[in-house]
Amino acid sequence: MTETDLAQQPPETALVLSGEDAVADARPPRLAVRSGRAERVRRAVGVIVRQPGLVVSILLLAVVVLAAWDPGLFTHRDPIAQDYPRLSGPSAAHWFGTDDAGRDIYARVVHGASASVKAVVVAVIVGLFVGSGLGLLAAWVGRLVDDIVMRVIDVLLSVPALLIALAFFTALGFGTIHIAIAVGIGNIASFARVMRAEVLRIKAFGYVEAAKFSGISRLRIVTRHVVPNALGPVFVLATLEVGLALLNISSLSFLGFGAPPPAPEWGSLVASGRDFLGAAWWMTTMPGLVVALTVLAANRVARSLEGNRAVAP
Amino acid sequence: MLQYVLRRIGHAVLVLWAAFTATFFLLYALPGDASLTRAGIGSDSSQVSPQQLAQIRSELGLDRPVLVQYFETLGNTLRGHLGRSLQSGTPVKKLFAESVPSTLELAGAALLLAIVLGFAWAVLTVYVRWEPARTALGTVPALGVSIPIFWTGLIALDWLSFRWRLFPAFGNSGFSSLVLPAVVLAIPSASVAAQLLTRSLETTLASPFIATVQAKGASRLRILLGHALRNSVLPVLTALGMTAGHLIGGSVVAEAVFTRSGVGDITVRAVDFQDSPVVLFTVVFAATVFVVVNLIVDLLYVVIDPRIQLTAAPRAGARLQRAAA
Repeated sequence: MTETDLAQQPPETALVLSGEDAVADARPPRLAVRSGRAERVRRAVGVIVRQPGLVVSILLLAVVVLAAWDPGLFTHRDPIAQDYPRLSGPSAAHWFGTDDAGRDIYARVVHGASASVKAVVVAVIVGLFVGSGLGLLAAWVGRLVDDIVMRVIDVLLSVPALLIALAFFTALGFGTIHIAIAVGIGNIASFARVMRAEVLRIKAFGYVEAAKFSGISRLRIVTRHVVPNALGPVFVLATLEVGLALLNISSLSFLGFGAPPPAPEWGSLVASGRDFLGAAWWMTTMPGLVVALTVLAANRVARSLEGNRAVAP
Repeated sequence: MLQYVLRRIGHAVLVLWAAFTATFFLLYALPGDASLTRAGIGSDSSQVSPQQLAQIRSELGLDRPVLVQYFETLGNTLRGHLGRSLQSGTPVKKLFAESVPSTLELAGAALLLAIVLGFAWAVLTVYVRWEPARTALGTVPALGVSIPIFWTGLIALDWLSFRWRLFPAFGNSGFSSLVLPAVVLAIPSASVAAQLLTRSLETTLASPFIATVQAKGASRLRILLGHALRNSVLPVLTALGMTAGHLIGGSVVAEAVFTRSGVGDITVRAVDFQDSPVVLFTVVFAATVFVVVNLIVDLLYVVIDPRIQLTAAPRAGARLQRAAA
């Protein structure tokens, strides 16, 4: 149903339609204004509740963020203390089992959340700021600058993010923060492309021209009229990049470029179980399962945002 | 056509040069000092006398200005001298000659598997009519892109190699040792291909010519394989071209999990040792694979859809133009 179809209908019909089903709920937000704020909130809650997968994903992400913020909420055990029986399987006392040094793996995973979440946030912010900055520059200035930025992006795209990260570690050394920055550099290309496309699209609109003729300074046009309108798709991309960043970050930590042991990190926790394959399956399976579920949840939330966005004009 | 190919090769050379240059300056101009690792003492410079350090630096040529080193390395590379590994002293060329075939074998097998699995999965998803099965089939690729390959790899090792002893747990010996790494490495790419092809097939199936074919009495399978598939392949092909890079990146992880020798394996060790020449040429190798695969993909466009003409557009961004119908 297009915007004009809806505009021709009397408001009552639009309201009746709005409560009907999930498809109707995905309508352009503009219409929601007509039906009032309470109705809009009620409908947004309805959309979420009708998708159990989405609810579970949001809850899971909330748990991970809480665990990163204060691990004490979920466990009182010390992630480094070696005071439990060695290599005992998952049980009521040790949900994820214990490792070869007698440490509780559940406690280690909970405490590892903070490093992973921080690294993801840094990686996405680096990609978001540098990438969309480059994209904005390319599209707004155009000509030679555009050409140069696009060539830089071609080069960034041609080298896999993982290898950019490895070159980065060779130069600057290891550590969680270096992993985060390196993964962020790998993200720059996709943010720059989306931002550039958006700014080019918006630049062509009449209101930007009108603003120019009204004598508004170029800087003000960019900050007030272009950037806010271009940010929507960029933020959707940012949510999509969260899952990808977590995958890359845990892979690099798995390869051993993260914090040195015994600090718990999700990737290195999986790696530490490598020597006990076939003997202690839980050492690799449990931390890896947490990584997989978190990425899955992040992707699920991102896809639902992307879907809402695609329907909106 | 020839003009187009020449133009693309020119562009590819430019990209490779830029990747080389950027990596060179990242590796040589930033802090980190290879001579310290060479002296075998990590980054703690207090254990070695300044004279010794200066001697090592001049042996490695690190005492000269960065630009001089850059042009010398670039010139040597163009003449085919890739230098020596700082770690072992082995010529870099020899290291790569030994490891590139095994990595290309792994990445190639994974690419092939990704295409076969991804296509089969998408066709099945579109073909099945029973709604619950359709939903289930559509969900699996979303799982496939979310699960880290180091984890699937280790779980496969745990069950298939250690418990059931179906496949060797490590090494590069023959076909049976290639199966697990290739399957694990293929999963994310196959999932992406399946997702894109499903979407693309659904769009194509909604177009008017399909109704015509239906009216002529073609079976669903025939419509799907004979008519819709070829018209839906292009977006998937582009995505697979982009995944070529991911496969090289992923093979670093896969080689670590399955203890295979290969480019990924030597690179991870080189990073530990700040072995700049090896890391530099790994990046150039990955960029080369990416550039070559994407050139092939562009040329395949014409084979798959004859309406597409490759024109030597002034901007490399606008590479393809549909001929006016």
